[in-house]
Parts: sequence; C-alpha cells; structure tokens
Amino acid sequence: MFDALSNRLQDVFQSIRGETRLTETTVENALREIRLALLEADVNFKVVKAFVDRVRDRAMDQAVLKSLTPSQQVVKIVRDELLALFGDAKGGLTESSARPRVILMLGLQGSGKTTTTGKLAKWLVKQGRHPIVVSTDVRRPAAIQQLAIVAAQAGVRVHDPAGEMDPVVRAKGALAEARAVGNDIVIVDTAGRLHIDDELMRELVAIKDVSGPADLLYVADAMTGQDAIKSAGEFNAQVGVTGVVLTKIDGDARGGAALSVVSVVGVPIAFVGSGEKLEDFEPFHADRFVSRMLGMGDVLSLIEKAEEVIDAGDAQKLEAKIRKGGFTLEDFRDQLRMLRRMGPLEKIMGMLPGMGGMKELAGQKPDEKQLSRIEAIINSMTPAERKQADILDGSRRKRVAKGSGTTVEDVNRLLKQFVEMQRMLKMVGQMTGEPIAAPLKKKKKKSPFSLMK
Amino acid sequence: MGFLDKLKQGLQRTTQQFVDKFEDIVQRADAPEARTRDVDVETAEALEEILLMADVGVAATDQIVTAVTKRSRRGESLRELVKQEILRVLMAVPREPHSQIVMRGKPQVVLVVGVNGVGKTTTIGKLANQLRVQGKSPLVCAADTFRAAAVDQLQIWADRAGVDIVRAREGADPAAVVFDAITAAKARHRDVVLIDTAGRLHTRTNLMSELDKIRRVASKEVAGAPHEVLLVLDATVGQNGLAQAREFTSVAGVTGIVLTKLDGTAKGGIAVAIAHELALPIRYVGVGEGVDDLLPFSPYEYVDAIFQEKW
Repeated sequence: MFDALSNRLQDVFQSIRGETRLTETTVENALREIRLALLEADVNFKVVKAFVDRVRDRAMDQAVLKSLTPSQQVVKIVRDELLALFGDAKGGLTESSARPRVILMLGLQGSGKTTTTGKLAKWLVKQGRHPIVVSTDVRRPAAIQQLAIVAAQAGVRVHDPAGEMDPVVRAKGALAEARAVGNDIVIVDTAGRLHIDDELMRELVAIKDVSGPADLLYVADAMTGQDAIKSAGEFNAQVGVTGVVLTKIDGDARGGAALSVVSVVGVPIAFVGSGEKLEDFEPFHADRFVSRMLGMGDVLSLIEKAEEVIDAGDAQKLEAKIRKGGFTLEDFRDQLRMLRRMGPLEKIMGMLPGMGGMKELAGQKPDEKQLSRIEAIINSMTPAERKQADILDGSRRKRVAKGSGTTVEDVNRLLKQFVEMQRMLKMVGQMTGEPIAAPLKKKKKKSPFSLMK
Repeated sequence: MGFLDKLKQGLQRTTQQFVDKFEDIVQRADAPEARTRDVDVETAEALEEILLMADVGVAATDQIVTAVTKRSRRGESLRELVKQEILRVLMAVPREPHSQIVMRGKPQVVLVVGVNGVGKTTTIGKLANQLRVQGKSPLVCAADTFRAAAVDQLQIWADRAGVDIVRAREGADPAAVVFDAITAAKARHRDVVLIDTAGRLHTRTNLMSELDKIRRVASKEVAGAPHEVLLVLDATVGQNGLAQAREFTSVAGVTGIVLTKLDGTAKGGIAVAIAHELALPIRYVGVGEGVDDLLPFSPYEYVDAIFQEKW
C-alpha cells in the first residue's frame, strides 16, 4: 500500500543522503517533495501543513544541520513525526472484562464492514475466543445473507432470526443467544450509509445503548480521500469510536486520509485488512508501518508470518536432511508451499529491508505464476523421481513437461538449478557442525528466488 | 501543549473556520474595488487548499489555481473564475451528447467495472430501471460470482426494476455467465445487456485479466462489444481514483465514469483530476439509494454543486 509513498520519500532521502552538509535550501527542497508526496497520498491538507512545519522547525535547528550526519538526522525526524502522527497506541483490542464482550462495527457504505466482521471473527477464533456475529443491516439487499456466508467461511456462529427486521431487536437477540450458548464475544455488523443520515445515527445509538459495546470499530477504506476525516469525526461525535480498522490496504492506495483520522479525530488504528481472504487481517503496529513507509523494512512482521506457517518439527527434520545431503525435490516443493502460504510474494518482499527501495525489481517482480509452474513440474513427477532426481532421463522429462504444461527446457532448468542448490546445501551442511536453523530460514526465502532467475 | 493536541484542536474547528475563511476571502476578492485587480497570493493559497480538500489532486489544482491567478479580471467574481476553470477542464473531454447509453450494438453490451464496494451492483439496478422506463428492454448479467450474496443483491435489484437476470452459481466462471447472458439476450431480443462484475482491486493482475477474458468473450458474440465500459468510482475516493482509472482503462478499456455516493459530503473532486489527466468523461452520478437516483452528469450542475456556499 505504501509503495508509492515510500518510493517518493526514499527519493527525497536519497537526494539528501549524500550531502555531508545540509543547507536550508536542500532541506526546503526535501520538504517540498515530502509535502507533495503526502498530499498525493491523500493525507489531510491541514495535517500535511502542520507536519511539514514541525519537521522544518526541528530540521533547521543548527544542532542538526551542523551534526556529523545531518541527513540521517532528518530521516529520523521524519520518522519520529510520522510515528507521532499515527499515534503510538498499540493495535488490537483494548482490555475488557465484559462477558460477553460486544464489538460494534461502524462505517460508511462499501468500506468493507461485513467482510471485516468475518475477518475479525476469524482472528478472534485464532486467539481462542468464541465469537458470535449478527447483522443489523436490514436495509442493503442481501446484507444479512452476506454475513451468514462470511460467518460460515470463518466457522463462527451467526445469530439470524428469520424475518426479524428490527436492528435493535436483532442485536439484543444476539446478546441473549451469546449468554445462553456461552459465546464470549458478540460482533454486531451495522448498516452503512452516508453519515449525513440522521436516521442511521439514531439507529446506531439505539443499538449501542442496548448492547453496551466495549469496542466501537470504525471501518475505513484506505482509498478514501479527504472526506474520511469528516465522516470519521461524525461517527465519533454521534456514536463514539474506539478504534479504526483500515481496509483494502493491499491496493496501491496510500491510505493517507484514513491515517489522518488518527491524529485528527484522535482514535488509534486497531487493525488492518489487506486482502480478499479471511486470514488477511492483523493488528496495526504504527512503528512497523512507518518503517515500511520509509523503506526500512518490516522484519518483525515477516518473522511472525514465517512462524505462523513454519512448523518447528518440520524445520528440524529438514535441517537433518540437509546436513546428510538428502534434500529432495519433495522437500523443495514443501518449502515452496510454505513460502507461498506466507502470502503473496510481493507482500513478503515489501517487508524485507531495502527491498522497497530497489526499483529495478519493479520490472521483474517475483512472478507467482513462475512458482506455480515450478510446483506443477514437481507435481508431475512420480514419487520415485522426486526422491531421486537423477533417474529423470530424456523421455521422463518429456513426460513431466507434458504433464505440467511446460516445456522440456523448463524442466531442464529446474533440475539444473535444483542440482546446484543441492550441492550448495550439502556444502553448508558439512561446513557447519552447529545447528543451522537460522540460515535455514534464510534459505527458505532465498531458494525459490534464485531458481527464478 | 503538544503538537498533536494543537493539531487536533485546530482541526476540530476546521470545518466551520473553513467556510468562514473562504467566505472572507471571496468577499475580499469580490469587493467592487478588488474585482478588477488580479488574484493575490493569499487568495490563491486559500483556493489551493479548497481544491485539495475536495480531492481534486495536486496536478489539476495547480493548473486551476495558476489559470485563475494568471487571468486578468474584468469584474468577474472569484467563484465565477474558478467555476470557469474547472469547467474548462471538464469540457475538454470528448463526450456523448446526452451522456446516456446510446444503442450501437445489437444487443448493446455495457460492462460495469470497479474496485470493491463502490456501488456497481446498485448502479446496474438503477441503470436497468432507467432503460426500462425509457422503453428499452435491458437484461442484467450477474457476472460477480465471487462476493458472497452479490448475485442475490442483483436479483433483488432486477426484481425491483422488473428486468430479466441471467445468473449462475457462486464461483462459476464470469466469462461463461457473460456468454450465457448475451446468448439469452439475442434469443429473447433484448437490446441492452448490463454486466455486473466482481469488485477487484486494480492491482490484482490475475483478476484484471479476468476482465480481459470477459471482453474477449463479449466481442466474439456481438461485434464491437463491449460497447461501453463504465468504471464506477466512489465520490469519497482520494487520489487513488486516478490509479484505478488508469489501470481499468488499460485493461478493460473504460469509456466513461460513474460517480456514486455523491449524496454524502464528498465532492468527488477526483472526477476533475481524472478529466485532467486521463480525459475520461463522467457519464452518470449516483445521488441516493432510490431506484431513480442515477442522473446523467452535467458539468455545469456539477460545478455549481461543488461550488455551493458550503465549501
């Protein structure tokens, strides 16, 4: 999401990085670029103005200009100020002892409330909770069905009394059902409309009054423009908001407006949703986002993602195999699958420090298709071939190519690179008597990339 | 007091202050003795702020502000000047005369595309109703086989508008549904096919190529189809709207924009940016949830609307 913004900011920093001495003009030029970058990212006009003024004040300080590393200092100032802008509050949900705990989802039409309700439910299940969901959107055609479907996908209970068309009664009913059945969280999806609608606001307040929510999450579309502030402010004033969920950040929208909500309306960002799958949902970490924006990478998120999909036992087994030189095409395929389970390659690449800045890479983005092709080739082999690649003679290769819809050259290339990789892994295994768990992780990231070239 | 607190406090008053400030500036700039003087820097800055806050974008704003400051005034009011400049941007785009659907194909195939949650299905419902009222016989095609309950939503709209719908089960190939719909339209002698597609982010290459497939299938069945490709944009969208328009145009060949949800406080200034940079015409605006709330776009009315007192 932040690619374009971070690219621009990095250009700015690149331009001043070489300077051993910063003059007021260079800082002023950099500030102009920053201002433009932020405005194009839809950051609220006033926020941009205040931000630029503040950075200028601090950067023009003689102590900074005369220091040994002025440009690094400026980068640091920008980083600090961005952090201040996004709020230092931790993401996720606040502490609450309420049982059942009620979460009210608010937002404009089309911001992604229903989908987010499903994602949040799924996330809570992963945390060991037992949520129940209810839709109070009796207006939009098929909204109730949509939530029912999403809930089924998330594997959570849904409260849906057929024919009940009173939003307040529906919310109350869900609470009662949660108490009866023993659900510890009730997520209430509400109708979205344009915030100028007084009727909706009254309805939301009524739902809030009967359900006593611990969290009121405002769902904001990362693509919204300057109007985001107005609507979020309105929801906050009339119903109350405890946190923002930023959705659709997987596009190239820069989300500046939604992020401005934090500093203008004064509510923290609780979660971010990034894709069409229910798993694409995580608590928001301001510091990591700022780092990613500035092209410093987001290693923490990467490690967390890796831990989510990599089974410790499997990793050990693999390590032993590598040490013995018994790394097969099957193991390779497993690694590939593991890597892909971490999410789209681009997303992962974005988390690697420095990767965001490598614009040359933009032309040769890691191709998901290429990975599918490699997997297809391996899948088209017999188990015996996978265990022992050298039995693949010409005729077998022809069969594999046919089976996987690729060419013999593709198969040859894969095998050649595999042999190369095997050789290197063997060397690493022999060189280090030490456990090689750490380099192993790195290899997981590296191997498919090297194969693609 | 910290920087953030100050900012917060300042912004809480923004809306009101904003209106007052602009009124102030307009009044000053439009005082009888000032009307023949050129626009000064302070006014230009205020103007810039207003346009940026309306999502008009940096490039278009620059052009408009520069044009306004460069013009020597002969007694026009500031509002008039700005309106003229925005109109100039909007009118530079080639458009159909009445911004209505013109029947060129048999059947006329209209593809409706856009990112998630902008109101594609609703727009199709309204459009179908409008066409039926005009004496045409539209058929809607539920090619959004991805989003849960999207087909049901379109079904409800089709029932409301009293038009035929061609649908398939969830998860079916959208291009196949389009094929079925066009075949059905030919057999039943319907003159317009409105295709509802799944919302997709313009950055998803695989989903975007699905649109390409739909286009190919349509063009095989009817010469020149799709005759119209309408990109639906939410009026609250920010500068990302430009990226959306660019991508959808390059993949799906967008021929016009539908600006929805204009009934909120958003001004949909992105339309000006799109006209400025991509020369795409705005065809319709959605102004409410009723079946009649889809209007042909008029640049004059639009400029009047975004330039109401309530800036």
